[in-house]
Amino acid sequence: MTDWAALAPVLWLSFQQTVYMVFWTMLIAGLLGLALGVALYTTRKGGLLANTPVFHLLNVLVNIVRPIPFIIFITAVGPLTLLVMGTTIGTQSVLFPMAAMATFVIGRVVEQNLVSVDPGVIEAARAMGASRFRIIWSVLIPEALGPLILGYTFLFVGVIDMSAMAGYVGGGGLGNFAITYGYQQFDWPVTLVTVVIIIVIVQAAQLIGNALARKVLRR
Amino acid sequence: MTAPVISFRGASRTFPGGVRAVDGVDLDVRPGEIVGVIGYSGAGKSTLVRMINALELPDAGTVTVAGRETGSLGERGLRELRADVGMIFQQFNLFASRTVAGNVGYPLRIAGWSRERRRARVAELLEFVGLSDKARSFPAQLSGGQKQRVGIARALATSPGILLADEATSALDPETTQDVLALLRRINAELGTTIVVITHEMEVVSSTCHTVAVMEQGRVIEQGPVYDVFAEPREQATRRFVHSVLQDRPSDETLARLRDLFPGRIVTVRVRAGVESVLSELLATHEVRSTIVYGGIRELARKPLGSITFALDGDPAAVDALLAELRTHTRVEEA
Repeated sequence: MTDWAALAPVLWLSFQQTVYMVFWTMLIAGLLGLALGVALYTTRKGGLLANTPVFHLLNVLVNIVRPIPFIIFITAVGPLTLLVMGTTIGTQSVLFPMAAMATFVIGRVVEQNLVSVDPGVIEAARAMGASRFRIIWSVLIPEALGPLILGYTFLFVGVIDMSAMAGYVGGGGLGNFAITYGYQQFDWPVTLVTVVIIIVIVQAAQLIGNALARKVLRR
Repeated sequence: MTAPVISFRGASRTFPGGVRAVDGVDLDVRPGEIVGVIGYSGAGKSTLVRMINALELPDAGTVTVAGRETGSLGERGLRELRADVGMIFQQFNLFASRTVAGNVGYPLRIAGWSRERRRARVAELLEFVGLSDKARSFPAQLSGGQKQRVGIARALATSPGILLADEATSALDPETTQDVLALLRRINAELGTTIVVITHEMEVVSSTCHTVAVMEQGRVIEQGPVYDVFAEPREQATRRFVHSVLQDRPSDETLARLRDLFPGRIVTVRVRAGVESVLSELLATHEVRSTIVYGGIRELARKPLGSITFALDGDPAAVDALLAELRTHTRVEEA
């Protein structure tokens, strides 16, 4: 029988670790990914900051990094992680590969959402004499806000997925908990409970994201 | 003659790939004028107009707007120029994420106006275009005509001396088009704003423009007062365009049908001011049976313009005499 009394504190700690990893990854990669996505969108031909060499560099970089399976990416950037975080083990150190990978993924999603912005609106802002950077923050991003919120909600689920794999290399979290105490102990109820907790987190995020996007899109 | 507020001198704009959208254009626009830029799609009208607010820069020749040469402006000069040149668009191009007041206030933000001054100016502009009650609405909640009026209020925010209208009424129904054109005329009359409109609609030219510039393949092939250009088009392309918008002459297929239906000679007589009375007198004094088979007369710049197609039947000599006399008064074309 599963000893829930003994597992509960571990489960709680794992939950906190997952929240920690997801929160910081979304915060750091959310901002960096936004910058990367804006850079991808604006440097392409005909864009506000059209710069073909920069666009190709970023584009190739994203295309190289994004398809690498995350579990392999974590180990592949180990030396970099050591350099930046000082260690390759633990919940904190795994933030580096998580934020790095998420930045590239978010960058691509942001770029795709910005494409939906009507170029005529950008032209109107240019005709009024707005500077390029003002157009980016005061027109481009606000006009794409609805789809961007939905995009970030989608990515939030992806980051939770990532955090489960991070557990495999010492990051802890709910993924690690499910593997260690569920799968490896042949304790199916533990796996089930963990899965339910993850589903609840994802559902909550999706509900909040949808509500926010609806509020923005109703305009 | 007052000095032009906009002047193109040998201005060209070639796009990467070699398309010369604007090709050696010389054009002057006087202050307070409403000039229509007409021509078929792809003629370079949009590029020409975008050279006025430096959205496109000439790669040969110069464009001078209110004393500034667009090609030589820095970031700051560009901002000042664009504050002095408003622009409205076919698809309105309003910011969906901002309210009506937010849209109208946006150019004032760029110009660095304080919150209080902005609020007062936005209220004044919305009053001017008759949308005071819509300040807090979002563009998606407005009709097409209302959206364009917001676009106009936004374009006028910084009190520009020049307003550019890129097919501004093409997405509107006829009645709303009239409202928006009336607003443009009012802006021109009350504020003295110089207006450059791109259009392919006869309605816009006949009711609103003082002068027209006809474009073909990147060149301005003809320009002058609206009535002169439409009544006496010099260039073949202008004639083609004028006929296609006036739609007062039968097509070749129609002519073939008319020939089958009516005996005698089919002639098209151009009607302009003074010709109508001559026409009725000549028809009455010659022994010729005349049947009106096609055509129309409309008013342009408060003067009549159009053409009427007749089937003339009778003694060949009488018909010849009638046509000879008609030709001394107006242009007569025989199909």
